Amino acid sequence: MTTTRRGLSLLLVMGLGLVAASCGSDDKEPSGAADGPVTITVGCEPPKSNPKEREAWEADVAAFQKAHPNITVEGKDAFPCINPDTFQAKLAGGTQEDVFYVYYTDVRKIIEKKQAADISQYVGSVKPVNDLRKDVMSVFKDGDQTYGLPRNNYNMGLVYNRKLFTQAGLDPANPPKTWDEVRTAAKKIAALGPGYVGFGEYSAGNTGGWHFAAELYARGGSMVSDDGKTAAFKSDEGKAVLENLKRMRWDDNSMGSKQLLQWEDLMRMMGGGKLGMMVGAPDVVQSVNNDFKGKFDDYGVAAVPESDGKSSLSGGDGYMFNPKASPEKIKAGLLWLEFHELTPGQGQFDYARSKEQGRPVGLPIPDLYGNSAPGNEINSLRKKYATVPVDNFTPYVDAQGNITNKLEPPKAQELYAVLDVAMSAVLTRKDADIDKLLSDAEGKANKILAKNT
Amino acid sequence: MTVTEEWVRRAQSGATDPRSPDDHGALRRAVGRNLTAYGFLCAALICFALFSWYPMIREIVLSFQQNNFVDPGEWVGFDNFRTVVADPAFRSAWLNTAAFSGLALVIGYAVPFVLAVVLNELKHAKAYLRFVVYLPVMLPPAVAVLLFKWFYDPGAGLFNQALDAVHLPALSWLDSTSTALVSLVIVSTWMNLGTGTLIYLAALQSIPGDLYESAELDGAGLLKRVWHVTIPQTKLILLVMLLLQVVATMQVFIEPYLLTGGGPENATVTVAYLMYQYAFNFGDFGGGSALGLMLMIVLLVFSTIYLRVSREEAER
Repeated sequence: MTTTRRGLSLLLVMGLGLVAASCGSDDKEPSGAADGPVTITVGCEPPKSNPKEREAWEADVAAFQKAHPNITVEGKDAFPCINPDTFQAKLAGGTQEDVFYVYYTDVRKIIEKKQAADISQYVGSVKPVNDLRKDVMSVFKDGDQTYGLPRNNYNMGLVYNRKLFTQAGLDPANPPKTWDEVRTAAKKIAALGPGYVGFGEYSAGNTGGWHFAAELYARGGSMVSDDGKTAAFKSDEGKAVLENLKRMRWDDNSMGSKQLLQWEDLMRMMGGGKLGMMVGAPDVVQSVNNDFKGKFDDYGVAAVPESDGKSSLSGGDGYMFNPKASPEKIKAGLLWLEFHELTPGQGQFDYARSKEQGRPVGLPIPDLYGNSAPGNEINSLRKKYATVPVDNFTPYVDAQGNITNKLEPPKAQELYAVLDVAMSAVLTRKDADIDKLLSDAEGKANKILAKNT
Repeated sequence: MTVTEEWVRRAQSGATDPRSPDDHGALRRAVGRNLTAYGFLCAALICFALFSWYPMIREIVLSFQQNNFVDPGEWVGFDNFRTVVADPAFRSAWLNTAAFSGLALVIGYAVPFVLAVVLNELKHAKAYLRFVVYLPVMLPPAVAVLLFKWFYDPGAGLFNQALDAVHLPALSWLDSTSTALVSLVIVSTWMNLGTGTLIYLAALQSIPGDLYESAELDGAGLLKRVWHVTIPQTKLILLVMLLLQVVATMQVFIEPYLLTGGGPENATVTVAYLMYQYAFNFGDFGGGSALGLMLMIVLLVFSTIYLRVSREEAER
């Protein structure tokens, strides 16, 4: 009797499991006529809690639909635009948008796992693609195949608090250009009183490894060998990154006593006005202003010290296409992206509207086109309608001409997790052995990369 | 005699229709009563099936697959298990989880029991103190954990300020490999203190008072009363709580996730945290599921013991 009951229970569970499993599958939509009605869902619609951005988006959707009456754009709002934690779940549950938003850091993983559609045969119709920076487009390419288009692009710099520079007797118009100058400035800022931190750095939740890569690139180092098969960070440059941090933490005592910081921690400290410097891109200033009670006027951005003629870790975001999207949806999605993300004076580059709405204009991002014609047009529009102090970003902008954008390494998150150990060690342990830390990390990274290749 | 037995009896006695009008009513009532019960049972079964059993089955399937959630999963045998076992963080994660559970037993298991004994002995303000002890349970776990993030701040944090006030040297708390895990256990203990204390208190209050009176007449002090009366009388509930504690603490995730990000130097990476890293940061659901399955098997052992113990208690 008990056996029968158990058997029935098991059958019930299996049956329910199969029903639920079948709910997850999603069939391809039949492709319609070339100009037949098509509806696309698009990620990263501004949420209602950002009324100005939302209003601009809705106006853009109306204008686009008027120009393309057969296309309906259904925005999917979320804040932040993407939570990488839910990406796989949305894909598995069939709720991933047709045109979905991604960070650069996730693009390679998505391409490797075949979780985005190959848009190579359609992308030629997007006129601005030829003017986009080659390094920016390479983020979304695998060989000759294309899997997405960019929306934002920047590279790492040095974000600093101009107000604190003044208070510490430093010149905010002349930010540090060498790591020795960073050390001197950090000591002066830390000396302002308890709670003041000269230079802040991440060391937990994979963010430590991420910033290690940024500082390594800026010194001319590499995370992996050219063929991507072995780790390359156990180098003079890698050692210099850790030694510099160790000196600032323990010899200078200018990095504060609280470590294991993650993304939000430094944002909060920067917004709170007691952090002098950190490695970051201009988007940090935007976040600090929008979400962490900072003010644009108080912050400046320069290039990462000593990065002149070398590389800088690039970052940004863009859009990819659902692997189950029909050709019609892909074509419609590309038209929308061209209109909203890539055309000077329209969509995200409608700076006249942004100024009218009281939104910040003048940050040197996105830098999608470099010095090509659309890039120059965007820059002149940005200057014309600037609402933030553009001079605060001049040191960063001036350095761009001589710095190459460098992409994240393969298996980025896994390598960052490995390097978190080294970063947390030098920041929490005075006797940390840098050579040993890098050797251990190299061994672990090589295993990860071997698995990858 | 049941309704069915009554039918059989009547049928055997030669009655043409064994069901009288009265029996129809009884049958309807019985069916109605059982239908309601089956309705409730179905609702519970559907909830369990959707939110517990199906994810478990899916996890087992995923742990043997390479799956991009677009194409059908590819069966890869034990590859995912081999991958996670070869991960250098795998060993640290299990050692840290075991250490966390061990420390949680020493600190988190003993403290609520002692507190319950003390509360039980108190003559005044019992209800007020019970409320105070239970308060932390009402805080959402994330809020409680973030509160401790401030307490542990090496500079202005409450704990170092307190140490400074009594002229003791400051500690690095979360920032040191030697104190990080203990710091997480303290948070976990504080968050779960109330529930444990209330359960122990209920068990203590069910002990007949005359046992204590006899012990007192025999000249037993507080410690002897606890040792000879309280502990033997609450032995089973203590054992059940011990097993539940092990099962809960081995799944520790929110504390390392919010407080340390697994650092410093992997000192607080736990199995559940590593699972999260695999599934959501590395995009490797196969690896994450393999780890989850391993943890599930270990927990099954403890759960089986728990079931046996609780059955024994019910039969007592």
